[in-house]
Amino acid sequence: MPMSETKPLVRLAGIRKVFSNGTEAIRGLDLDVRSGEFISLLGPSGCGKSTALRMIAGLGEPSEGSIDWPSSSYDAAGRPEREIGFVFQEPTLMPWATVFDNVALPFTLKDRPKGDVATRVQEALAMVGLDRFAKSYPRELSGGMKMRVSIARALVLRPKVLLMDEPFAALDEITRFKLNNDLLALWEKQRWTVVFVTHSVYESVYLSTRIVVMAARPGRVVGELAVPAPYPRGTDFRTSQPYNDLCRNVSEMLDRAMDADPAM
Amino acid sequence: MSSSGPEGPWARHSRYALPAGAGILFLAAWEWAVAAWNVPKFVLPAPSLIAAALINDGPSLMQSLWFTTKVTLGAFLSAVATGISLGVLFTLNRTLERTLWPYAVMLQVTPVVAIAPLVIIWVGFEKLWLALLILAWLVAFFPILSNTTIGLASADHGLKNLFELYGASRWKRFRYLQFPSALPYILGGVRVSGGLALIGAVVAEFVAGSGTATGLAWRIVESGNMLNIPRMFAALLMLSVFGIVLFYLTMWLQWALLHRWHESQVRREN
Repeated sequence: MPMSETKPLVRLAGIRKVFSNGTEAIRGLDLDVRSGEFISLLGPSGCGKSTALRMIAGLGEPSEGSIDWPSSSYDAAGRPEREIGFVFQEPTLMPWATVFDNVALPFTLKDRPKGDVATRVQEALAMVGLDRFAKSYPRELSGGMKMRVSIARALVLRPKVLLMDEPFAALDEITRFKLNNDLLALWEKQRWTVVFVTHSVYESVYLSTRIVVMAARPGRVVGELAVPAPYPRGTDFRTSQPYNDLCRNVSEMLDRAMDADPAM
Repeated sequence: MSSSGPEGPWARHSRYALPAGAGILFLAAWEWAVAAWNVPKFVLPAPSLIAAALINDGPSLMQSLWFTTKVTLGAFLSAVATGISLGVLFTLNRTLERTLWPYAVMLQVTPVVAIAPLVIIWVGFEKLWLALLILAWLVAFFPILSNTTIGLASADHGLKNLFELYGASRWKRFRYLQFPSALPYILGGVRVSGGLALIGAVVAEFVAGSGTATGLAWRIVESGNMLNIPRMFAALLMLSVFGIVLFYLTMWLQWALLHRWHESQVRREN
C-alpha cells in the first residue's frame, strides 16, 4: 500500500473547544479519519459530537489543537480544499426553490462552469431516487424525501467526505431504516468517507466501520470500537448475534461514561 | 341547512351572491326610506340621485380620479423602491441603520397632517401634485422599510450555515438567501403600504385645501361646501372602488410571487 493511502484524510489533534459563554464543549479530542471509512461519533447530547463535526466542516474554529487535512491540497488562501458535503439534522432546504434548484445550490454558490450542472443534478437526484421530483417544491415532499434532497445536495459536488449531523433523528423508524439502507448502498458504490453523528447505538452499529463513543461535560472520547461485519448489511445483520453483541458493548461503554457523570 | 359539502355549489355561489344580494337590499331600503321620510337630498341623497351625479359629473370626476391615481401610485411605487433599497442598505451597513433609523421613525410617527403645510410651502403651490406625492410617500414607505429590515434578518440559521460552508459571496448570500427569505415580509409591507398611500394622498389633499389640487379629495371638500351631496357620494364611491382595486392588486402580487412555496398562500386540507 502506498504511503499516501495510510495518511489520514482528516486529523484532529488535541482539540479543545470553549464557547463564548464559558462552556467547555470538547476537551482533548484526537481523531484520525481515514479515507473510505464510515465512522460514527456516538454520544449523548452535549458531548460535543456535533461541534466536532462542524469544526471539521470549517464552521467554527477549535479553541486549542489543530485540524489537518494531510492528503489534501491547499488553496491560495491556505485553506484545505476540503470537498465536503454536509447534511444537517434538518433538511435545510430553501422553500422558495424547486428540488432541482436546491440540489444545484452548491454549483450556484461556487461559480463552477455551468455546462454539466443539469446532468450532475439529475444524477444526484437519481442516486437518492428522486429524479421524478426535480420540479417539486420542498413543501410538497415528505420528511424522508426532504432528507433525500438534502443528501443529493451534499453529494452533487462529488465530495471526498460526507459529514452528517444526526440526519435521520427526526424521522420515523421505518423511514429511518429505509434511508439507512439506501445510504449504505450508495456508500458501498462510491466509497466516499463518512463522518456520521448520531445518538442511536443501533444506527451507529448498523452503519459504521468504526464507532467513536463520546461522553459529555466535558465532551471527550471514552472509547472506540471497530465494526468488522462485512457489507452489504441488511435485516440479517440487524438481527444477528454479532450485531447484538456490538450493541451491548457500545451501550456498556456509554453507561460507564454516564455513571461517572454526576449530572446524568 | 342541507349538506352540500364545504365547497358545494351553494357555498361557491354564496361567496358572491350573499354580499351582492345584501347590497341590493340595502340600496333598495335606502331609496325607499329617503322617499318615505322625505329626507332632503343635501342630508342624504337617494342612491338614484348618486347614480345620476356619477353619470352627469362622470367626465370631471374621472379626471379627478386620474389625478388621485397618479399621486397614489407614484407615492406607492416610490415607497416600494425607497423602502426596499433603504432596508437593504440598513442590512448591509449596521452603522448606517443605527444612524438613520431614529429619523425614519420620526418621519413615521409625525402625523402627515402636521407636516403637510410645510411640505406644500417648500415645494410650492404650482407643483402641488409633487407635494401631495411626497406626503403620501411619507405615510406609505415605513411599513416597507421595517418589513424589509426584519425580513432580511430572518433567514433560516441552518441555511446560513450551508451558505457559509460553500463559501457564498456576500452578493450571492443576499440574492439566493436573504432576499427570498425577506420576500413574504416585504410583500406584507407592500400590502399595508398600498392602502396607506391612498390615505396619505387623500389626507394631504384635504390639507392642501384648494387651488391647483384637483383630486377626488378636493372634489369631496368642494361638493361639501356647495352642499352637492350626491356628487360627494359619487366621489366617495369612486375613491373606495379605487381602494378596493389597489387592495386586490397587491393581494394578487403577493399570491403571484408566493403561491408556489409560502405557507401563507397554501390551502390545506386537513
